Order: sequence, then structure tokens, then C-alpha cells
Amino acid sequence: MIVDKMEQSLRPVESPMVPYPAKYITMATGEKLVIRQIAREEVPHILEAVKPLMTVAADFYDIVASRLYSELLGYYRYRVKDEYCLIGTIDGVLVGLVNGRMVDDKVGMSYHTMTLKQGLRIGAQLFAAKMEYHLDFLNQEEVWVVAESPNGFKRWMIEYELESRPETWHELGGVPTYVLTKALWEKHKSAKLAGRRPVKEELLKTAENPILPETYSQIPGYKR
Amino acid sequence: MREVGIVGVGHTKFGKMSGGTFTDLLSMAAVQALDDAGVKTGLGHGVDQVFVSTMGAGILNKQSGIASALVDYLNLRPAMAETIENGPASGASAIKLGYMAIASGMCDCVLVVGGEMMRVVSGWEGTDFVATMLHPEAEYNYGLTLPALAGLFTKLCMDKYGITEKDLAIVAVKNHENATHNSVAHIQTVPNLYCITDDEDAHVMNPYVAEPLRLYHVCPVSDGAAAVLLCAMDKADRFKKKPVKIAGIGQATDTHAVAEREVPTDLLAVRLAAQMAYKMAGLTAQDMDVAELHDAFQILEIVESEEVGFFKRGEGHIAARNGETKIGGKIPINTSGGLKAKGHPLGATGVSQVVEIVKQLRGEATGRQVEGAKAGLCVNFGGFGNNVVATILTKEEA
Repeated sequence: MIVDKMEQSLRPVESPMVPYPAKYITMATGEKLVIRQIAREEVPHILEAVKPLMTVAADFYDIVASRLYSELLGYYRYRVKDEYCLIGTIDGVLVGLVNGRMVDDKVGMSYHTMTLKQGLRIGAQLFAAKMEYHLDFLNQEEVWVVAESPNGFKRWMIEYELESRPETWHELGGVPTYVLTKALWEKHKSAKLAGRRPVKEELLKTAENPILPETYSQIPGYKR
Repeated sequence: MREVGIVGVGHTKFGKMSGGTFTDLLSMAAVQALDDAGVKTGLGHGVDQVFVSTMGAGILNKQSGIASALVDYLNLRPAMAETIENGPASGASAIKLGYMAIASGMCDCVLVVGGEMMRVVSGWEGTDFVATMLHPEAEYNYGLTLPALAGLFTKLCMDKYGITEKDLAIVAVKNHENATHNSVAHIQTVPNLYCITDDEDAHVMNPYVAEPLRLYHVCPVSDGAAAVLLCAMDKADRFKKKPVKIAGIGQATDTHAVAEREVPTDLLAVRLAAQMAYKMAGLTAQDMDVAELHDAFQILEIVESEEVGFFKRGEGHIAARNGETKIGGKIPINTSGGLKAKGHPLGATGVSQVVEIVKQLRGEATGRQVEGAKAGLCVNFGGFGNNVVATILTKEEA
């Protein structure tokens, strides 16, 4: 019992966070991308989708997948405070995920964005949803962002004109920190953020128990 | 002048190459073409000359003298070797030079390999590199890029002929559909016309790249290579495949700075190059069964389809709306997926277009075959239309 109590004492004190309301986006192909927040108990299933990419060096998938795996495990095992994870599904198949955490009522900490199905701008929409969560639903003032791949730098730092703030230390290490302020979000939101609410029950149901991708374009020959 | 045919074709998958050198990439297409023709490398290979077309190997891949490297790599020594650069029309220029080498009697067999490995640099560096072919003082120095120039051109054409963003999307969707039947095409997904034009989310999923050009109105940046083996028609018996004849080649140039053109919505060099190729082949636009037109931007397919004589001026977009350029239509255009969906590795594109027409004329374009195709046209567009090569291929009856 004492061990259980010690473990309990290691857990962070959780702050109340309004849930991210699910939405759907019509992709260029006509497919419907459903974005929703997952519950903590769903994490182990999602980790299985991340695991195969942990050794893919191309486009820095290895570092992003490894860190994302660790962060989500930290969330599942109560070792990260106020973390969340949003997932994207198309026809019930998991196509991408993003995560982050609430530092306090003013600052959001963006962790990672990972696209499992490439070529449809899914990552861009998941990132936009993450920013929407912080700035429109959690009503924070800014989100701290770093990029671990040139693709990320292009999509976030350049396209959102993020404010460079190297003196700010992001939790992902000493790499240069950039900030999406509320003002920048308002400037870019209409061009970057898509999606509709509410999601019809039958569509939302397809996203309930996400199917893990059988193949990955990033891993030729892989078959689950 | 001797007649020249194509007896072998090769084509790598277009897209993003991971690992390998530029020479590896070129060699993959070259070996396919040689194998297709039944030619073995090494002693007695019979290849007299190798032309390699690339625009960026020296800049993007830090590799010059690539033709010499390829000849050695493929064990085709002591074949003559040169690297050809004519911007995005490098591929068709190399084929033209191969044709000339055989027609003149200097060579019997010429291997032409086109390729580009562009995704080794960022999109911005790639865009800047491509922009170096613009006029250095009148265009490049002012920050003009190819997408920006195409955006201006598109706007002028829209104002003059009533072309809409939706017309550009119609062309794009057609080409993406064709690409799904071409396993070497870069992009294998098909956009939904409504979703990229009228849907509530369309402005985000299909954003402006250079207004009025949107994401789905422009080609992707691709790595890839393609190859053709040319031979003298009178020496074609030794090869495995029956030759497809190069019936006509035309080339024309225009002012370097687009602003200096008398009619900025015209693509005069396309018109002149096509006319020259028709004349040489003794054919007309009406004789063409299939065409590969250089659609780096979707507006180009529309305007080129008019300049080469398929449709009246200002009516190319209406023909596209009516499905006349689809497979099964009056004149199927870009059955390969075009630059839009097959991809556009600059130095490979002109060769890749010819590979597609060869496949069509051989009846090997599975899933996208134009039934009974006997003649096809390729238009390879250099600069912003300041150096254009048109090539006509015909199927030789037994």
C-alpha cells in the first residue's frame, strides 16, 4: 500500500481543462477528417500507431515519434501535468495526432504533430486544431512552439509568422522557441483553420475506436 | 536524313527519392530503357552516344559532368557523352540532339536520360533555383518566381477569356485521375472537384500559392528520371521492341522577359514549335490522337492546347469543361497525369513525356490507354515559354 501512496504522490495536480469539441474537415479528396480529443485510457492503443515510426530517420520521424511516444506515455502514467492529445481519423483509420499541455491559464506548450497519412495536409489541420484548442477553447494568450523538422519549421514558424523568442525555454529543450500569440492566431486563423461542428453522431462513431494504419508510406514494405 | 525511332523506354517512380546519388537515379531509368530494347551494357553494347538532360545537378546535387559519370557507371564506355541543359525543356532538347546525331549519320544508337533530384533542398531554395532561368535584370532581381509569373499570366488569361479557378481545377482533377493509372506518378490521390472549389473548407484545403493559382493548380516538386533509347530506323532490327518513329521535332524561342512579348497571353514559341513539328511530320493537329502538354501550372495546359491547334484561341478551358481532353474525349491530354500529378523533375520531364507517348503508341499504357493511338504530340516548355520543344511520335505500321 505504501508503494501505491508513494506513486500517487508522484502524480501532478491536474487543472480543469475544457474538453476540445470534436469537429470534421472535408479534405481535398472529399474524405472527412474527424478530429477529437482522446481519453487517457485510449493512449496505449494510440502508442501502437506511433511505435513503428520511432526508427524512421527520414524527415525526422524518429525523434518526433520517440518523443511523442514518451510524452503520451507520460500522460498515461500521470507524469506530465495537464497534457492532452487530439487525433485525426478518416473512415475510422488513425491518420495523425497532436499533443501539448497547458502550462498555466496564459501559456500553452505545443509538443508534437505527427502525420501518419501523408499528402493531404492532415498535419497542418491537426496543428491548427491544437492552436485552436489553446487559444479559442482554453482561452490562453499564447502557445510556445518548436520545430524538430524543416517541414515543421516551414508549416508553423514561417506560415504562421511565429514570433521568435529564443530567450524563452520550451520544454522540448534548448532549441529556438517561437510563439503563436493571440494576435497572430487571429491574423492567420481564417486561412489556416478549417472544420465544422457538431460532428454527426454516425461520423463521430467512426472515430471512436480508431483503426491503426496497416501500412505507412514512410516505411516501405511495412504491414501491420 | 535518316529516320529515327525509339526502341527502349525507362522511367523511375517520380516523387521523393530517399537515399542514393543522382547517378543512381539516372542509372535506374537508363537500365530500364536498355533492358526494354534488349541491350546489354559492357562489351559490344552498341550505344554510340549518351545525352543526359538535367537543369540542376550542378547546383542542387553539386555534381557536374554527369553524362561522363553515367557512361562509366553503366559500363557504356567509350560512348560519347554530353550533359544538356535547357531549363525545364532539357529533356526534349536532349532527345532532339539525339535525333540529330542519328539523322546526320554520326551515330546509330543514342541513349537519352533525363533526371532531377530536387527534393534535396527546401521548397524555397528549389523555387529560387528554378527562378534563376528568368531574366536576371527584368524579372529575377525583382523577386519574381515561376509560380508568381504563372499567377500573373493566369490572371491575364482569366480576364481575357473568362477562364475561372474552377476550370483550372477541372484540368487538375483530370490529370490526377489519369495519374492513378500510372504507377510511376508522384501523386496517386484524386482531389474532389467540389471539395477544392466550392466546399466550405476549400479555401483552406486548396489555398492560394500565387493568386489566382491555388495549390491544386500547380505541379509538385519531384525527384525522378526517365530514359529513351533512340536508333536509326534502318538499324532497328537488332532491338527487342519495334521502334516508335520520331516523326517531327520543332523548337522555337521567345523573348526572355515575358513583359516584352507583344501579346502577353500568347505562347508564341509553343505555336511555332508545334507548327514546325507538324510540318516535319507531314501531319496536323487533327492527326494527333494523344498529347502530353507541359502543365507545370494548369493554365499552361489550357493555353498550350490552343497554341498547338487542338482548340480555337480562348476555347481550351471550354473543351476541358466538356471533357474533350479526358481519355475517351476528342484529344486526350496528359494521360500520364501530366506534370500536375505525375510530377515535374525538371530535366526528366521532356523525356518522361516521350516515354508516355511511346507507351500509348505501343498499346502499353494499361489503365489509361487511348485506343488505337497512332500519333502523339509532346510539348516541353522551357523558361516561361521562351524556349519550347515539340516532338511528334508515330506508330509505324507493320
